[in-house]
Amino acid sequence: MDGYIHSVESFGTVDGPGLRFVIFCQGCPMRCQYCHNPDSWDTGKGTRMSPQALMAQYERNRAFYGSGGLTVTGGEPLLQIDFLLELFALAKEKHIHTCIDTSGATYREGKSAYNDKLDALMTLTDLVMLDIKHIDAPAHKKLTGMDNRGILAFARYLEEKNVPVWIRHVVVPGVTDDEQALLRLGRFIGGLRSVKALDVLPYHTMGAAKYDRLGIPYPLAGVPPMSREGAERARAIILRGLKEERCRRRADKQA
Amino acid sequence: MDHLDYMDYQFKEWDGFERATWCREVNVRSFIQHNYTPYDGNEDFLEGPTQNTLDLWDQVCALTKEEIAKGGVLDMDTEIISTITSHGPGYLNKDKEQIVGLQTDKPFKRAFMPYGGIRMAEKACKDHGYTIDPRMSEFFTVHRKTHNAGVFDAYTPEMRACRSSHIITGLPDAYGRGRIIGDYRRVALYGVDCLIEDKLEQKEQTRSAMYSKVIQQREELSEQIRALGQLKEMAASYGFDIGRPAGNVKEAIQWLYFGYLGAIKEQNGAAMSLGRTSTFLDIYAERDLRRGLFTEQKIQEMVDHFIMKLRMVKFARTPEYNQLFSGDPQWVTESIGGVAIDGRHLVTKMSYRYLHTLANLGPSPEPNLTVLWSVNLPMNFKRYCAKMSIESSSIQYENDDMMRFTHGDDYGIACCVSSMRIGLEMQFFGARANLAKCLLYAINGGVDEISHKQVGPKFTPITSEVLDYDEVMEKFDAMMRWLAEVYVNTLNVIHYMHDKYCYEKLQMALHDKNVTRWFATGIAGLSVVADSLSAIKYARVKVIRDETGLAVDYQVEGDFPKYGNDDDRVDNIARGIVHRFMEHVRKNHTYRDSIPTTSILTITSNVVYGRATGSTPDGRKKGEPFAPGANPMHRRDSHGAVASLASVAKLPFKDAKDGISNTFSIIPGALGKEDQIFVGDIDVDIDCGLGGCNAPTLFEGLDADDDLE
Repeated sequence: MDGYIHSVESFGTVDGPGLRFVIFCQGCPMRCQYCHNPDSWDTGKGTRMSPQALMAQYERNRAFYGSGGLTVTGGEPLLQIDFLLELFALAKEKHIHTCIDTSGATYREGKSAYNDKLDALMTLTDLVMLDIKHIDAPAHKKLTGMDNRGILAFARYLEEKNVPVWIRHVVVPGVTDDEQALLRLGRFIGGLRSVKALDVLPYHTMGAAKYDRLGIPYPLAGVPPMSREGAERARAIILRGLKEERCRRRADKQA
Repeated sequence: MDHLDYMDYQFKEWDGFERATWCREVNVRSFIQHNYTPYDGNEDFLEGPTQNTLDLWDQVCALTKEEIAKGGVLDMDTEIISTITSHGPGYLNKDKEQIVGLQTDKPFKRAFMPYGGIRMAEKACKDHGYTIDPRMSEFFTVHRKTHNAGVFDAYTPEMRACRSSHIITGLPDAYGRGRIIGDYRRVALYGVDCLIEDKLEQKEQTRSAMYSKVIQQREELSEQIRALGQLKEMAASYGFDIGRPAGNVKEAIQWLYFGYLGAIKEQNGAAMSLGRTSTFLDIYAERDLRRGLFTEQKIQEMVDHFIMKLRMVKFARTPEYNQLFSGDPQWVTESIGGVAIDGRHLVTKMSYRYLHTLANLGPSPEPNLTVLWSVNLPMNFKRYCAKMSIESSSIQYENDDMMRFTHGDDYGIACCVSSMRIGLEMQFFGARANLAKCLLYAINGGVDEISHKQVGPKFTPITSEVLDYDEVMEKFDAMMRWLAEVYVNTLNVIHYMHDKYCYEKLQMALHDKNVTRWFATGIAGLSVVADSLSAIKYARVKVIRDETGLAVDYQVEGDFPKYGNDDDRVDNIARGIVHRFMEHVRKNHTYRDSIPTTSILTITSNVVYGRATGSTPDGRKKGEPFAPGANPMHRRDSHGAVASLASVAKLPFKDAKDGISNTFSIIPGALGKEDQIFVGDIDVDIDCGLGGCNAPTLFEGLDADDDLE
């Protein structure tokens, strides 16, 4: 099945390990206030491309991706799960490292045809980068327009499926940098064994210009970018929470 | 080189070296291959700068500041004609310098070099507030002809028209052509006396029938022998006898540098490159370390002082020249690393020491340290290069795996990409032809779109409202054929006159007798032409004509594949243009049996070329810059760097052996995560203070341990 593609980046360096071929999928159910790709929100837009055509692009420059691989991001790639299944099946045939950068917003617990496909997709996925926007449900709703229950459930689902996970978290001044919330996020991650890394991203304002061009009011107008120090501080707090949870679990286990 | 076969040189300076072919003939490659020690280790052995190094470098930095404050030139000679022996010895600080020698008698004083053209030399002085001694102007106008004067005596009106309309541009007809690399290592390995003896033998063995080739060769060999004598004399003024071979690493560096210094005292060439010297010198360093003659610190100090000298190379040039070449470049290119044809890599400790000067002295564009990159370089060295690149942004990389097939394992880079076997091959530098303008001439029947003059042949112009691909291609091909012919012939004139009036006698003295000559042409505006032809083929390009009927602008309707996105539809057009142009170049006679080639490497002169070129069918407006070198046009590559590089990589090296350049800058953040914020993906044990728990947990990063302690 063809994908609806926003764009591709042949020199991806920040979306997974190594140098990566990054496919930006079109369409996203979330409306995060700090989203820097609002042009990728609408579904049904984008360029139709077949998994075969995309793999051909990858293969041509395969030499570049020796220690990297293929990443799908968006938009929300899991909105196009049939496309991903076909794409990743082709990639795994060629022993290419596969990564999904997702918000987890499409996941609902329980038995469903979608979840069956997800199970299949996970067997073809080497890494999931899960972007947890906010650990608290009301704040999450305010920030993204969506509930976070499915997202946290998705994190536990990945744990169950034993899929390596990198957690991403964007730190926005006054929005996602509350110490207690960061601690809670850390504790939540601390309970997940499949989490291999934490990627704390300082909020930047480079997306604002796109909103102007698209004629959408920028929700975070006036919010300053997050400093490097602020991001480091946030990371330290998350790690503190993580450690607390780890140690608590170990103590429980030993007791 | 069979003329020395009967000889077998013996020098005490060669004790400890493995003897081979290089003892029977001048053959530096043989010496290297039989004596060098590949180094697989890391950079831990390197030493920091000594106090003397720091003091000297402070002095150079102070002079640089002074020079900038004075508007770019600190001092200029206006009456002494620069030759190998024109100036007495000059020093920064004689007591502290391990390696000595300056271009003139004072640091940062620019020499007067009129042989390329007296007007350029006069203007270079005048633009910086100096006046040439009027007797010099008279002498080089009335009594002694220069290269520039010779060229203009022979140019045809057509050549002059092409030159002034900038369809051929940047020609070395008023300045030194450069791009010749003397094998300066020969001075160190053999000593000048032995080299003179060799040259006398060569002269002896020229043919006895006196036709012009033989006469030219005999005259040149005589010039070479004289230059070697002057080199010895110059070194003697510094207190060194370079008649004999160098006996240790300090002498080897000093001898080699004297060779290079002689060349830059004699020639103000557009690129005065150094060659491939590090692994050669390492053989001496290894011997001295074995003998306990010098410590690592001492050797690094010599290298630092040598590189410092190379950073101080300066020429008198005009602002226009600097604009064409962007800044005040000397192109003191040094090629480092690479792999030998027997499979061993050529990285030695000296390769590290050269790169380490970027740490000891700080970053610098000169000398242009160029790593000949191969997948087979040792991993430690690759890592070190990456580290130094990140720290200094001062290293150039070139593809050894590709060039080795053509040039073997002892070639060097002249200027930025021109590869040649050291001492065996040289190049006739030929600037470039503006193919974007050529396309406009094809559309306008040879009339220049800016001057409205008939410059090219009076072909029938295209008169349709919408451009037709086949019609344009046919006319473009014919126009390229004309351009290649007038271009090659212009270069024939230039190099004939350069040999006659501004011959590089010392650099050629450090070559074999029968050199291979590359006839280097060049292409500007490749991506403009590729995109224009793609627009004509895949979109609708309407011609906008002025009242005289001349096509002056274009309106593009619809989208079209753009070069730089790994899209074969347009990349094949680019590939085809390079091949066709070279085919046309090859049809012409080239001076001195030189082998025609081309380059696609306008590093920065793309701005100047763009300014002289009207609007093009790809939507580029009149005067807008071209993309540099083989780069895609600005902001037309929308698929990221790999796709962009992939398009460039499709260009045929066999047609563009003189090099294909792609200028690529990237902000550090775009190369990956800042490691302080990102916590990477490696398992590590974290001691959580509970004792006995060693279950592997998940995180690690540069300081993750601290965070989790």
